[in-house]
Amino acid sequence: MSRENNKQNNLPDYKKLKKITNKTILYLILIAGVVITFFPFYYMMVLATRCRSEIFCYPPPLWFGNSAIINLNILLDKLPFFKNILNSIIVSTLATLLVLFFCSLGGYGFAKYSFKNKEKLFFLMLASMMIPPLLSIIPWFIMMRVFGWINSFKPLIIPGAANAFGIFLMRQFMEKIPNEIIDAARIDGAGEFEIYYKIAVPLSKPGLATLSILTFLSSWNNFMGPLLILQDKTMYTIPVALSKLNGNFETPWGATMMGTALGVLPIVIVFIMASKRFISGLTRGATKG
Amino acid sequence: MRISKKLAPYIFISPFFILFFIFGAFPILYSFFLSFQIWDGIGPQEFVGIENYIFVLTDPWFWQSIWNSIVIFVLTTIPQHVIALFLAFVLNSKMVKFKDLFRSSYFLPYITSAVAVAMIFSMLYGEHFGILNTILKHLDNLPLIGTLFDFININPPIRWLGEEAWIKPSIALMVTWQFTGWNMIIYYAGLQNIPENLYEAAEVDGANMKQVFFKITLPMLRPVIFFGVTLSIIGNLQLFQQPYILTGGTGGVGRAGLTTALYLYRTGFNWNMFGVGSAMAYILCLFIIALSLINRKIFQER
Repeated sequence: MSRENNKQNNLPDYKKLKKITNKTILYLILIAGVVITFFPFYYMMVLATRCRSEIFCYPPPLWFGNSAIINLNILLDKLPFFKNILNSIIVSTLATLLVLFFCSLGGYGFAKYSFKNKEKLFFLMLASMMIPPLLSIIPWFIMMRVFGWINSFKPLIIPGAANAFGIFLMRQFMEKIPNEIIDAARIDGAGEFEIYYKIAVPLSKPGLATLSILTFLSSWNNFMGPLLILQDKTMYTIPVALSKLNGNFETPWGATMMGTALGVLPIVIVFIMASKRFISGLTRGATKG
Repeated sequence: MRISKKLAPYIFISPFFILFFIFGAFPILYSFFLSFQIWDGIGPQEFVGIENYIFVLTDPWFWQSIWNSIVIFVLTTIPQHVIALFLAFVLNSKMVKFKDLFRSSYFLPYITSAVAVAMIFSMLYGEHFGILNTILKHLDNLPLIGTLFDFININPPIRWLGEEAWIKPSIALMVTWQFTGWNMIIYYAGLQNIPENLYEAAEVDGANMKQVFFKITLPMLRPVIFFGVTLSIIGNLQLFQQPYILTGGTGGVGRAGLTTALYLYRTGFNWNMFGVGSAMAYILCLFIIALSLINRKIFQER
């Protein structure tokens, strides 16, 4: 040990210098990456506070202006944007709650029971994840029309309520629950469903947390389904609302950036608060098993 | 109500299978049926055999859309995975501090909606007043970089979304920005599974970082790279939101940004050609399978 330390301290100067230079270069690259990552978000906020004539001038603005309120008013004039945010919150929350229930239930079924054809059913479920969603988009839309689900939130919540990925993820977490606890509960006379919600669910909270963030995000960011289904301005979720602002010469860019910022920032703030846990949950779920 | 231990697992996993048969399996079969019909979604259906498939396979727009999708896939997948591997390796090593901070930062674009990202990038890509062209113009005025720009034929301002040649690189650049962090997390998870003692052995043998990366990390990560590239194939060949927003839903000048997913959407929902659209969906699916198989072949050999 002490010899090791000696060796470190007696490194020739040029080697030490090389090591410091390498480290500096590495940090510069990493920091450049952070700047590239954050700049578009920053620029979005800058433009959200700028009026049209400031956005279309050379050189473009790099610091905040004072047209935020004007932009917000233009945005609210074009779209009921706060209603759109509320829609996104309703859809994402309901979708998340249903997914948490049905996927933890399915995950528990696959993790803690042995039954006939279990392997085959599990494989079928995993295989269903490989199917490209585009394959069924046209009949899916027709079905929604037949069901009378056009312009409703149901198609955005119900079909994905028990999805293969969520069940797979929850199985990963629930396999670690010791069988002894479950058997003991059974001997004490607990019912199967009771064991699920009184023992399995509380013991797989990290998994549920990861799944809820993932589900909320994908529901919040979902685009093609809502674009096809939601027809009234008052029913739009945020991505659909934003897309309707786009695509002509009259696009109010300051207002559009204001809307984008309002749609993006809540997610970014939640992520910054929960990121460490979220990423570790994600890597753990991906590697174990 | 009490459920028996025997019945319980079937009840617990049944919601998935019920929903899958209604909203997953049935539409796929129905799509197959529709691909042999001509139907506008309202009037009567007419059976036409394989005519829709012939129509799609002889449609130059379709082949252009496949070409566009593959070009965008190549242009974004290679930088995405190279950068992601580098970042995951560095952030897993002992060389730097603040790893969590860097990791979270790089992951941030992935959680943002692709629509929002495309809205922001259509501002960055502005021709005369966009910030990217402004930066490029300043760089162009510097002596050495200016010569380099002339050499590789870049003359700012670039018409990012206004010129055929630039639309695909613009989409690819944006997709790279958004998904590199996601791949980094996949690789980071893969690195956790490489036994620590391999690195220790390499250190004892006096291997440097470069050797460790190419002799240990890269070979050990091969299955993970295969997995990551497969996800990129599936994702990129279904690229829809990004070209939809950046080209205003049309596919852009000369249809240079018309991906197959966007063309499928237009065929089905703008022009109400549900039969042709269904045939196109099946052909696209075959392309995805073919590319995945080629990918597997590449990773099996070597």
